[in-house]
Amino acid sequence: MRRRLRDVPAALVMLVASFTLLAVWTIYPLVRAIQSGHLRCNITGSKCREAGWGQYLDVFLSKNFQDALMVSVKLALMTVPAGLILGIGLAVLADKHLRGIGFFRTVFSSTIATSVAVASLVWFVLLQPEIGVLSDLFSGWIPSLKNPGLLRDPNTALPAVALSSIWASLGFTFIVITAGLQSVPKELYESAYVDGAGSFRRFTNVTLPMLSPSILFISVVLTTRALQTYGEVALLTGGGPEPEKSTTTIPYLIYGKNSIISGDIGLKSAAAVLLFLISLVFALVQFRGFEKRVHYGN
Amino acid sequence: MAYGAAVAQVRLEHVTKTFGDGDDTVTAVDDVSLDVQDHEFMILLGPSGCGKSTLLRVVAGLEDPTGGDVYIGERRVNDVEPKLRDIAMVFQSYALYPHKTVAANIEFPLKVRGVAKAERAADAQKAADVLGLTDYMRRKPGQLSGGQRQRVALARAIVRNPAVFLMDEPLSNLDAKLRGDTRTELVDLHRRLDSTFLYVTHDQVEAMTMGSRVAVLNAGRLEQVGTPQDVYDYPASAFVAQFIGTPPMNLLPPGLFGSNLVQVGIRPEHLLLTPGGPLQGTVRQVEHLGHEVLLLTESDGGTRLAARVAPSSDLPIVGEVVQFDVAPQHLHRFDAVTGVRVP
Repeated sequence: MRRRLRDVPAALVMLVASFTLLAVWTIYPLVRAIQSGHLRCNITGSKCREAGWGQYLDVFLSKNFQDALMVSVKLALMTVPAGLILGIGLAVLADKHLRGIGFFRTVFSSTIATSVAVASLVWFVLLQPEIGVLSDLFSGWIPSLKNPGLLRDPNTALPAVALSSIWASLGFTFIVITAGLQSVPKELYESAYVDGAGSFRRFTNVTLPMLSPSILFISVVLTTRALQTYGEVALLTGGGPEPEKSTTTIPYLIYGKNSIISGDIGLKSAAAVLLFLISLVFALVQFRGFEKRVHYGN
Repeated sequence: MAYGAAVAQVRLEHVTKTFGDGDDTVTAVDDVSLDVQDHEFMILLGPSGCGKSTLLRVVAGLEDPTGGDVYIGERRVNDVEPKLRDIAMVFQSYALYPHKTVAANIEFPLKVRGVAKAERAADAQKAADVLGLTDYMRRKPGQLSGGQRQRVALARAIVRNPAVFLMDEPLSNLDAKLRGDTRTELVDLHRRLDSTFLYVTHDQVEAMTMGSRVAVLNAGRLEQVGTPQDVYDYPASAFVAQFIGTPPMNLLPPGLFGSNLVQVGIRPEHLLLTPGGPLQGTVRQVEHLGHEVLLLTESDGGTRLAARVAPSSDLPIVGEVVQFDVAPQHLHRFDAVTGVRVP
């Protein structure tokens, strides 16, 4: 015990660096946001007054927040399953010892090195009604590609943002799943093969269960990313098209230049804290929901 | 379900397996012909990289032979999928599904064959009974010991009642004590199942104690097939002579004991401490093993000999010069160039 006490000063000194970073970049902003969430402020933030902790409930129940929450949830529902399925599909396809497969692996994982800004710009150009390649190629099947354009149609703007988001996240999903696949023992496949399992049954009985930790991880990360989507919305649609605001996600409601609460640091803080709690709930639900289906090996 | 109903022989005719192409070609199995009889416990024995596992995988259908034919029963199975070969395989790592319970693991081969739920549960229960796993059916492999996992792998193999069991070093992940116990259990299982076993190992003790016959492989080639005692008593080559037996057979340099063209081998237990005997060496080490003593000697010319002698109070000590004699019928002769046994 005495020896442990003697180690405390040295331990504290060693913890200073990481604790400082954590305190400055995470703990202080979080505490400050929680505290600001019960204030109402003027546009410069120089004058604030108490609005009571009930402001959190008011913000949560407000139509603007509910609409934005719905958009964020819809975006998550569009991007997470599709991103997972595509990522797993590509990783399984590329998990072969074929000549030149390295090239495809590089291509499939390349979007991890692409910023949201670049990805959004690429999709903005592709979907442009006047000059976009996709608009030219597929407008026969999807007329709204040309008129008014996917990003300008309130019904298609969110799926279009989702498309860009899925594409941008694909590299990350691909790399994590590929790493997961490479850690599956070859004998499990061979054993299943000898026992008579076809490729589909090997996929469902070996691949998917063995990937379950990676799938849960990606699912939580993609959901959190989807709930926090800001960049794609700001660059592709500006939260619009107006007046429906069909792509105004919670982060865009908080930070967007056209947002109704953009001038009030108190309301923005309340919304940000609520977003944090919602993300936390989603993550916990996923952990709890998949707990029994995730296997971490022997 | 009654175990042992289906039996089959395995016949390999000039089987060759190469990997890679051009200058990078590696021949893992080189023109191997082997007959494994019904009910036989055949051991494929050899050092690491000798091709024994590859040969087993060729029989399983996990590798296609580059040349030659594989027969199971009367049927040529070169182009037959593993699931239609009526075989079951036990892997070195057991290859249990970590997310499935013991019961689900054992049932899996039946499930993929579309066996009804009630029937496969009954069959799995019977296999579990045979291997003493009844109390562990609801557990996952991660909650079992190495020996229990190994038994689950065996249960999964026997549940289908296959004609041939293929086992790829199934004991090598167990500790020494458990390995000894499981050896006995496997021999007992083979007797009860009355099936054909093809068993790969690099451990000569497993080969000697379990096999009806042993096939010794070296560098992809079959060196000898015979009963364990035959292989020990009449090794077909210098390689087999040295690979089987602990310590291995003493091989004298050509010319030391007879013709220059012949290399003579003597088992350690056949070297008799005899003052004035024809073989001489200085004792370098004396290993007391309780029931026997190993004397390790080295001659002036650098020839090393290991001799197995009975414990006694007047054994030579380290540094002492000793002589050995050997009865003529215990001399093994091998061609000095090819290593093949000569009369």
